[in-house]
Amino acid sequence: MASTHAVPPRWRRGEGARALLWLAPWIVGVLVFFGYPLLATVYFSFYRYDLFTLEFVGLDNWRYAFADERVYQSARNTLWLVVFMVPAQLLFALGVAQLLTKIKSGAGVLRTIFYLPSLVPAVAGTVAFVYLLNPATGPVNQLLALVGITGPDWFGSAAWAKPSLTLLAVWGVGNTMMIFLAALLDVPRHLYEAAAIDGAGAWRQFRNVTLPTISPVLMFSAITGVIYAVQYFAQAMIASRVASGATDSAGSTFTPGYPDGSLLTLPQHLFHTGFRDWSMGLACVHALLLFAVSMVFTLILLRQFSRAEGES
Amino acid sequence: MRFVPLAAAGLLALSLTACTAGTEAPSLGARPTTTGTGPVAAALPPATLELWHGFSTDAETTAFEEAIAGFTKKYPQIKVTAKKAVQDAQITAAIRGGKAPDVAASFTTDNVAQWCRSGAFQDLTQVIQQDGIDLSVLPEASRSYTEFEGKRCTMPLLADAYGLYYNKALMKGNEPPKTLSELTELTKKLTVRDPDGTIKVAGFIPSFQYYENSPSHLGPMVGAKWYNPDGTSAIGSDPAWKQLLTWQKELVDWYGYDNLDKFRKGLGDEWGSEHPFFEGKVAMAVDGEWRNAMIAADPEAKSMDYGTAPLPVADDKPDLYGSGFTAGTVIGVPKGAKHPQHAWELIKHLTTDTDSLVTLSNALRNVPTTKAAMESPKLAKDDKFATFLDIFAHPKTSTLPASVNSVFNQDAFSTFLIQWEKGAVKDLDAGLAGVDKRINDKLKLSGG
Repeated sequence: MASTHAVPPRWRRGEGARALLWLAPWIVGVLVFFGYPLLATVYFSFYRYDLFTLEFVGLDNWRYAFADERVYQSARNTLWLVVFMVPAQLLFALGVAQLLTKIKSGAGVLRTIFYLPSLVPAVAGTVAFVYLLNPATGPVNQLLALVGITGPDWFGSAAWAKPSLTLLAVWGVGNTMMIFLAALLDVPRHLYEAAAIDGAGAWRQFRNVTLPTISPVLMFSAITGVIYAVQYFAQAMIASRVASGATDSAGSTFTPGYPDGSLLTLPQHLFHTGFRDWSMGLACVHALLLFAVSMVFTLILLRQFSRAEGES
Repeated sequence: MRFVPLAAAGLLALSLTACTAGTEAPSLGARPTTTGTGPVAAALPPATLELWHGFSTDAETTAFEEAIAGFTKKYPQIKVTAKKAVQDAQITAAIRGGKAPDVAASFTTDNVAQWCRSGAFQDLTQVIQQDGIDLSVLPEASRSYTEFEGKRCTMPLLADAYGLYYNKALMKGNEPPKTLSELTELTKKLTVRDPDGTIKVAGFIPSFQYYENSPSHLGPMVGAKWYNPDGTSAIGSDPAWKQLLTWQKELVDWYGYDNLDKFRKGLGDEWGSEHPFFEGKVAMAVDGEWRNAMIAADPEAKSMDYGTAPLPVADDKPDLYGSGFTAGTVIGVPKGAKHPQHAWELIKHLTTDTDSLVTLSNALRNVPTTKAAMESPKLAKDDKFATFLDIFAHPKTSTLPASVNSVFNQDAFSTFLIQWEKGAVKDLDAGLAGVDKRINDKLKLSGG
């Protein structure tokens, strides 16, 4: 304690100012690009804002949002992606990475093959998948027909649309796979040797050595995966639009979320509300709901991983 | 502490810059008077106009630039820089950001109400009156989709009209139907199925999910109305919609929803050479006049023997026969345009000059909007195209009236119609009342 009090107050003030100076770019960034937009979003949520004019409407936007079935539908779709798509991506990436660590020859080629899809632009990849999975003319269903299986409707069916998107997401999981591969290769070999001497089989080694060692990487991937899923937008909108075959022409509009609203995610609903329907105040409510959902999932994940780390 | 005065000075400078940066752009309305006797445009000072439009293909942009060249040849001191393939959202964003073009054109009429109400596009009423332009040369429907609540903030450039296309080889000698009963009868007669029930050729696809079968395009067959005079939804209260939906569902059920859905999903792209009408998979289809140009441009389809006719109409409303749906490209002067007077002169030329309209129509095969242009001997019109000119000019031809929630309303109705045609709606009246409620609730939130 004495040593702490021995620090001259003048020096401490100078040190604090210097720290603030170094932190200033970050603080300014947070205030300008996060703090201000967040406060502005809360502010606009109480206004009728058509992109040009503002009118205070109290809680009208909030009441409308909570009564809007489309909000619940899009939230359910987003939740589905978080619960099914993210784990599928993580499991596939981890499985492939694990396999790649075991392969003796040709691992470099396989790594490249599995990584390449993540370089394909989201729009191109989505359009390609919709064509591949076209129920009538796509090669996937034609191949299935050759072995006597009637393929599903994929992006044309409300039941299959989200699983089809999950296939697309799993296909493009190269980045996560590379992160997992690096983490797996970083696990100390002697831990496996010690576990093997103790009689641990492959599964026990994976569960008790690999997973605890790579858990920070898993946590990072899970959290970023959840945030990505909560903000899922482009692929769902493109798949929906291409599969529906609809275009915006005179007297004809595209209904987002085709088929049957099954691909309408919360960010899409937000976008259409704000920029298609000119209801920016209502879109701000959606944005705040989206923010709340992201925060809840992130906190849950952080808690779960902290608990798991504590146990291990 | 010595940084504080510096920071304060910086902030002050920033504030002042912000306050003085954008001097107010000139607005349309107060028109300068000319001393000479020539046209107003000739007396305007030199300027370069920026024009944004949605045309994207080479043929479209070349035709549009030729129409613009007709103006710049007359008034060489005015130059025009055109930017192609621009969407409505880009126009709105540019206006908000203070970077608006002088002239902006849109393919859809969906944002006209918002643009007019918010002032994003300037009101043309005053200059139209000053220039003595008689708007009665435009059909009622075209006047309707270019204005909102008394503010005329856009003018119609070219129009689209919707009618019936029929493949003569598949019609088996039958004439195109004039009533919904005839359409049903002919559909059943012309439809060809495989032994297992799979549809091979559809007489007519009644699904609202098929390409151009939107409620806007099919509604005129029964004279259905979208809105009450106060802007609220008329979908639930206008019996015409119920008449259309009942007819449509009976025909869907005749095919079997699953059969029809499977057939529809296996069809080619609407904008490609695998269009089912081109490939002889559909005998009759509702489509716009622009399909004629697409057929003519397709190496395979151009040899097809087909005809066009007005839409079949409700049996109890024969006076509707000959009418249809229309909408089209709109053009206006955004708020913040640097040269609004020049911009108006260009718009006036493009939308009212007969030669310009005819040139553009001949190149793009869209319907010209003025009576003079439609009657011009220079207008290329064969029988197939003339059908759409007649539909456009018909007094009962209707449009989707401008609404601040235009896209939302169409989306709400279309979403319901998908449920309806698949048989998920048990009570049609209650379902339509639900559509009304969605539209009216949103209208209330948008300020009525």
